[in-house]
Amino acid sequence: MKVETIVQALGLEVKCCRDQLGKEVTGGYTGDLLSDVMGNSREGYIWITRQVHQNIVAVASLKEHAGIILINSSQPTDDTLEKARTEQIPIMVSDLPAFEISGKVFNLLTSKT
Amino acid sequence: MLKAFNCDLHIHTCLSPCAQLDMHPQALVQKALDRHLDMIAVCDHNASANAQYVMAAAEDQLSIIPGMEITTLEEVHLLALFDSLPPLLKLQQIIDEHLFGQNDEKRFGVQAIVNELGEVEGINNQLLIGATDLSIDILVDTIHQYGGLAIPAHIDRESFSVLSQLGFIDGNAGFDALEISKRTGIQQGRLQYSELAQYPFLTSSDAHFIGDIGKSVTKILMQEPTFSELKMALSKQNGRRILE
Repeated sequence: MKVETIVQALGLEVKCCRDQLGKEVTGGYTGDLLSDVMGNSREGYIWITRQVHQNIVAVASLKEHAGIILINSSQPTDDTLEKARTEQIPIMVSDLPAFEISGKVFNLLTSKT
Repeated sequence: MLKAFNCDLHIHTCLSPCAQLDMHPQALVQKALDRHLDMIAVCDHNASANAQYVMAAAEDQLSIIPGMEITTLEEVHLLALFDSLPPLLKLQQIIDEHLFGQNDEKRFGVQAIVNELGEVEGINNQLLIGATDLSIDILVDTIHQYGGLAIPAHIDRESFSVLSQLGFIDGNAGFDALEISKRTGIQQGRLQYSELAQYPFLTSSDAHFIGDIGKSVTKILMQEPTFSELKMALSKQNGRRILE
């Protein structure tokens, strides 16, 4: 499934890198401890988090995530967006809490594969 | 002449909900003197009202650095140390505007403001155990703007540390030093975090119990135990430095 499909299905607001929505999503991970995300997420995952610090881009880039979904309408900071554009990591925003958006993404990923 | 001073730069008082109530200014100073400390920093969670009373209790027997342990938006514990009370009070005003909720004494503990004579001046009702909505980057800038030192606390811990919350330390982060908890210590910390060689390391007791004061100490080579000398030691100026 492509990032674009998830964006459309869940009505996510795309904050940057619209041209990267063709990336393939292989799974997902939800977490706010970047040390945990670095240790346990995998390439191609879509990452759901409340953290908006610029380090999220470095982690997503290192782990080759397909994209980042920010929860509860959290807004990325300017330097986070700037880094995301450089690293070509799409950042999306949802108004749902982590539990709900994770459930919806999980359902999408498991129903189509 | 330069001399090695014993410094414990992260001590809580009874104002922190998780600290014991017997950590009032007078007791804290007495214990620090018993443990032969030369300089301590008072760092309560998101609060600083007891710093002035610890300074009053210490008179000129012990050097007191007024400070605070701020919880950032990312839930990183960040120490802010200052040379005097006015800049700390300015920072406290900002923290108060960005910290929400009320304390629940039964769950989190009492937050007592106690003077140098051991008299209760008041109870802080803010949710000091909570997090501010200020990002670590903004806080580091603000601390520096007020002439203070910004030091992420216990970076080796698995909770509330810059490494647990933010994964790694960016070279541009602007921290003045990094604190390693007593469990790991500076020597082990150097081995564990070789990529952070550019930063000075401190180790402190992070005392929440009176008996823990001085259990982890950083020896710092300075002329006298003052904030300005500490600042020089952290940037290795004029022979001042941390003895590892």
